[in-house]
Amino acid sequence: MAKYVGQRIKRTEDPRLIQGLAHYVDDIKLPDTLHVAFLRSMYAHAKIKSIDTSEASHAPGVVAVYTGSDVAGKIGPVPCAGALPGLKIPNYTVLATDHVTFVGHPIAAVVATDKYAARDAIDLIMVDYEELPVVVDVEEAAKGAPLVYEEYGDNIAYTLTSGEGDIEAALAGSDHVLKQRIVHQRLIPIAMETRGVLARYYPGEKELTIWTSTQIPHLARTQLAIMLGVPENKVRLIAPEVGGGFGSKLNVYAEEGLVSWISMQLGKPVKWIEGRRENIQATIHGRGQVGYIEVGCKNDGTITGLRYNVFADMGAYLQLLTPAIPTLTGLMLSGCYKIPAIQMNVTAVFTNKMSTDAYRGAGRPEATQVIERAADLIAAHLGMDPVEVRRKNFPEPEEFPFKTATGLFYDSGNYQGALDKALGMADYTKMRQDQKKAREEGRIVGIGVSTYVEICAIGPSQATPAGGWESATVRIEPTGKVTILTGASPHGQGQETSFAQLAGDELGVDLNDVTVIHGDTSIVQYGIGTFGSRGTAVGGTAVFNAIQKLKEKATQLAAHLLGADASAVSFKEGRFSVEAAMAAAGGNGEAGSEATAPKSVSIQEVALAAHVAHQIPAGFEPGLSATNFFEPANFTFPFGTHIVQVEIDRETGQIDIQRYVAVDDCGKVLNPMLVDGQVHGGIVQSIGQALYEEAVYDDQGQLVTGTLMDYAIPKASMVPWMELERTETPSPVNPMGVKGVGEAGTIGATPAIVGAIVDALSPFGVRHLDMPIKPENVWQIISKVN
Amino acid sequence: MIPAQFDYLTPKTIDEAVGLLAQHPDEAKILAGGHSLIPAMKLRLAVPQVLIDLGRIKDLAYIREEGGQIRIGAMTTHYQLESSGRLAEICPLLPACAAQIGDVQVRNKGTIGGSVAHSDPAGDWPAAVIALGAEIVAVGAGGERVIKATDFFVDMLTTALLPGEILREVRIAMPGGRFGQCYLKVPQPASGFAVVGVAVHLTRASGGSCESAGVGITGVASKVYRASAVEQAITGSGLDEQAVAAAAAHATDGVSVNGDLYASEAYRRHLAQVYTRRAIEAAAARAH
Repeated sequence: MAKYVGQRIKRTEDPRLIQGLAHYVDDIKLPDTLHVAFLRSMYAHAKIKSIDTSEASHAPGVVAVYTGSDVAGKIGPVPCAGALPGLKIPNYTVLATDHVTFVGHPIAAVVATDKYAARDAIDLIMVDYEELPVVVDVEEAAKGAPLVYEEYGDNIAYTLTSGEGDIEAALAGSDHVLKQRIVHQRLIPIAMETRGVLARYYPGEKELTIWTSTQIPHLARTQLAIMLGVPENKVRLIAPEVGGGFGSKLNVYAEEGLVSWISMQLGKPVKWIEGRRENIQATIHGRGQVGYIEVGCKNDGTITGLRYNVFADMGAYLQLLTPAIPTLTGLMLSGCYKIPAIQMNVTAVFTNKMSTDAYRGAGRPEATQVIERAADLIAAHLGMDPVEVRRKNFPEPEEFPFKTATGLFYDSGNYQGALDKALGMADYTKMRQDQKKAREEGRIVGIGVSTYVEICAIGPSQATPAGGWESATVRIEPTGKVTILTGASPHGQGQETSFAQLAGDELGVDLNDVTVIHGDTSIVQYGIGTFGSRGTAVGGTAVFNAIQKLKEKATQLAAHLLGADASAVSFKEGRFSVEAAMAAAGGNGEAGSEATAPKSVSIQEVALAAHVAHQIPAGFEPGLSATNFFEPANFTFPFGTHIVQVEIDRETGQIDIQRYVAVDDCGKVLNPMLVDGQVHGGIVQSIGQALYEEAVYDDQGQLVTGTLMDYAIPKASMVPWMELERTETPSPVNPMGVKGVGEAGTIGATPAIVGAIVDALSPFGVRHLDMPIKPENVWQIISKVN
Repeated sequence: MIPAQFDYLTPKTIDEAVGLLAQHPDEAKILAGGHSLIPAMKLRLAVPQVLIDLGRIKDLAYIREEGGQIRIGAMTTHYQLESSGRLAEICPLLPACAAQIGDVQVRNKGTIGGSVAHSDPAGDWPAAVIALGAEIVAVGAGGERVIKATDFFVDMLTTALLPGEILREVRIAMPGGRFGQCYLKVPQPASGFAVVGVAVHLTRASGGSCESAGVGITGVASKVYRASAVEQAITGSGLDEQAVAAAAAHATDGVSVNGDLYASEAYRRHLAQVYTRRAIEAAAARAH
């Protein structure tokens, strides 16, 4: 067994985080920093007739006030990477000029000597609004009125049909076709650290440094350089400690561009730290689909075809990946089932709300909810056990790579294995017997099963807007310490630990002698970032590959130092030796006895020799460093089974999750503790979606759930014990066989929770419920029948 | 989330606090933990120009038994009440109520005096002090006066405290005889405040029938209220299942019930009745 890889190693990041010693954007203090506060639209849709900033400009401490007209033409639009045919991309300026389209839309920026003065001056700006009709509901908006943008003539951002197979014939030839409307409510990501930007421009050096809380430092640098017209190689972007993102920081925001530009105007450091209310209003939201499922099946439960017509709520603007999210839903509609014909018809719609974009799972939780609800509908309709419907439609393990009617090749899988393990852990047969008994006693008990597959390790460059590879440089310093520069940008995932584990084993060095550096574009070679459960599967593979290159180079030098041919040198536990290789060749695999002590050299000695370069072979480049840019050949497809048991209070409708069993297969695992943590967090966010969370806008487009007093994220006391296990089916896509696990919980869990509640209420005639399932909804169902 | 400018004053004695409040009659607010006031200030829903922090006054956090009463200093934290072993013996409703407030951080900083004086219509303490028939001691320039809890909560965020008065102490008659208590609550999942909170203190006569009952209900209306109709219906009954259910059906009598995103008027009314019944049942079971 490896010394580090596969072990439950405690996160080396945690001591600084727990002790409050880490540096987030707001912890970085520069002398003479100015502070920004934003005036944001109080209306969801209005014309701005005039803005009067004169009083604010003269308020104590105020240095400057900027409005849309001050920056018009000077800063490029907020970027959208969507490249869909016919896509309408509204011109998203960093400040609104004459038209605001959502509550929270930035209108003016006040710059002051401290954040209190900046905030106070906001109240002194006078805006003359002319309110316009508001469209909030996505289906209403799709009908065409009121219009978010007059000039488009409708509210349709794009329409898209995807999928393969003859869906009409498939549904026509089915024994049964079941239909269901389904709502994937809007969610608010609520990273613990809100967004924040600190920008510093040196006019002499013409260098702009931006500290920003982002998941994509290099991509953000490129985009901000374009927005600002600054050469990219004069922009240094640093993602310091980042307190969670969940996709909400996989973006480029107006405030990042504007705060940087202000620093360039004033020649001083400028900082903006987002407040929680701003975070809820004006950082991207997730989900936001209303769809219509049609699923065909045979009498025996075989799924024949699936059609999903969906209205996707874009919000008022297209942020970086807003239009791409529904396309991910389309890719994953097959779930872990053999479905010969699948069709998705997307109508992407503008509304007077904040933009949606990637939120943990990003389009895949929607797909999983659709296909898992469909499987449950089939089971209920045919009177089959939901487990049997699923098993009936699984591909066999030997059918991988498995092609879906959504155009994907699933890399590897053993869906039966994960299902069987979960059924065993839950003692599913007994669970069902107990449920029967409970029902006889008048109790309301339900069991939900979700067998999910997700698409991870995003991804091959062909399938991503800006490259899907990842980079790593591994070097050994003269003192033998190992430095890893990763293009991934971990912000809570723990790769400072897991990459060090990898290097520790591969190079035979102590874990604590490895440092992982990320997030600084002036230190780290270009990279893509952390999202789409790619950090380890793509970023980690780049580290692994770079280490192999490094070892090759080190072996050459070691051979030179040992006076042997490189082919005769072996490397084990941090030492290069000649005899060991010969002994290995001889067959016993053991190093020689003490009498014939191996002639060997440590990797640290090799590193020093590589740097001092007094004794190097001809043609050997001094130094000991290697870089890899890893381009994956395919996505990876982790999977698993989640089983949930709930009991419902007959009098109040309150829902109690009594058991939560999950078996996840994310391929090879570097650190089981990190994987458990990812699964825990994902399930908790799923519980949030299933039971509590919903971004509610009223008819006037006011965000009703505008603070954490109203928007309910689960607290520790609201979370059940989770029984977690794994199966391990390696991915053939990368040499380590890892798949990714960051989003598994938010993808696999909601259908199991919803399924359990629907199952509990099935005696009341319930076949489907939309999320969040609140006690009052349940009470209404029960009290109607009672 | 940045409050407007304010002055921050830290009196060392209650008399000094009263004096400062007299100096700033219109522009000052009393800070007693701050878990409602500070968030309101950050949202600029409250814009006091002066904050008078009672947190530096040494002798305002205490739990004493005196004059046949339990006397609780205004600055006693929720956690101090929650963790008091003595209270768990003599008046378990108090620690039970404290334990259901907010989260650990709120309980470590928030105080009973702050909560009672704030009169949040979904606050937990007001329900408990009403059920216990507590007395509220107010101190002002003219000295102390005692206000009955049932008279104290005037409306949402409005109490019987006069301008210049500070809540100094909460007094509860030492529970005696065969008494039983319970606090049951449906927390709003976002805020932790009560969607419905029912506090019950009842006593049994020697024969086992209900001798007296105090029922305070929070979260349901524009202010916490004493459920008099429930108290009357249950008093003198045998506390049997039917009597309790019949009494609990009066939980919202004469009250205009709130509806919101989490619980409609009808559902909240239903919850109030169910939780009243359950709280009385639990209290009755504990009244030996």
